Amino acid sequence: MSEKKSIRAVFMNGILRENPIFRLLLGMCPTLAISTAVSQGIGMGLASTFVLVSSNLVISLLRNVIPEKVRIPSFVVVIATFVTIVDLLMKAFLPELSKSLGVYIPLIVVNCIIFARAEAFASKNTPLRAIVDGFGMGAGFTLAITLLSAVREVIGSGTFLGMQVMPETYQPMAIIIRPPGGFLTLGILLVLVNAAVKAFEKRKEAKAKEGIA
Amino acid sequence: MSSLIMIVVGGVLVNNLIMSQFLGICPFLGVSKKTETALGMGMAVTFVMAIASLFTFFVQRYLLIPLHLEYMQTIAFILIIAVLVQTVEIVLKKISRSLYEALGVYLPLITTNCAVLGVAINNTTAVDGGYGLIASVVNGTAGALGFTLAIVLFAAIRERMAVGNLPKWMEGFPGALIGAGLMSIAFQGFAGLIH
Repeated sequence: MSEKKSIRAVFMNGILRENPIFRLLLGMCPTLAISTAVSQGIGMGLASTFVLVSSNLVISLLRNVIPEKVRIPSFVVVIATFVTIVDLLMKAFLPELSKSLGVYIPLIVVNCIIFARAEAFASKNTPLRAIVDGFGMGAGFTLAITLLSAVREVIGSGTFLGMQVMPETYQPMAIIIRPPGGFLTLGILLVLVNAAVKAFEKRKEAKAKEGIA
Repeated sequence: MSSLIMIVVGGVLVNNLIMSQFLGICPFLGVSKKTETALGMGMAVTFVMAIASLFTFFVQRYLLIPLHLEYMQTIAFILIIAVLVQTVEIVLKKISRSLYEALGVYLPLITTNCAVLGVAINNTTAVDGGYGLIASVVNGTAGALGFTLAIVLFAAIRERMAVGNLPKWMEGFPGALIGAGLMSIAFQGFAGLIH
């Protein structure tokens, strides 16, 4: 890390420039599998954020203790510990959500976002910056998965957070909440996000040019 | 015996790991540009998954349950898988240099391939008390073969898409995802095969 980014930039990085789902395409499995209902999307997002922040913190604290060669197994153990904590907490306090998320809660441990941040950021930065990065990435992940699940729930079941939002006569497109819908919806959202990013960059460029002229 | 056949049909076609369970999407999108590498990845995953099912069965049945450490399952399983992947990497390096080089960076990524861990956990929760030894290994192998089937088919589609005239905004991941979606619709057709 040659250039020191401000704390704010570290946080925003996860939400916009390196959004785990829309820009880096990491953590696809839970994203596609869970995003059939908004409540599940939010639950998954928050659970992953908790694991991201805690494992980033611990790994950052241990960054000078863990030998280079065994860093990957060490990261895995740290991450798996926090995933187990989340799993047990959710089973105790949110049994229904825990049941609907099923096997995907223990599978947070193999979510590439968490591993990627541990390797690329937390193991090279101070604890405070690591925590902020965890929050930023977690927020980006949560926002993206919530957006995806909102689109899928509204179109696929005609509801939002379980409440009917589409008119009674609306025939829900069940295919959208079935597995193929996951791929299709994410593909279309990606097209839109890419177009938005391009338009945004063009405007920025035009502005920069105006500034020079 | 018939239940084993059910497990195979279910694992390869009906509950295909990628197409209906969304497990192993990272390698599915990452290593699917060429059919050869896709096949290599599929074979590596099949090998790891079969052995992982075997080992995790023993650990679950004879270590975790007797010691009432079921809550340690995630940590124990992921460590077993990490060790297995390292072993496969060393073995491949020795016996097939070209395959080793082709799979390159993706081999260590099998550790974070959620399909392997997902199948291992599913083995323990599939039926009351979990699958037995043979059923676990059969389920792991069948799941991995389904993974191989899907990733090789998908790689073939992407090879064609790479030379075709896609609109600019569909190039790369959006096009790949929509292609995967259409493939997944086809796989939905298997749904009635078992109950």
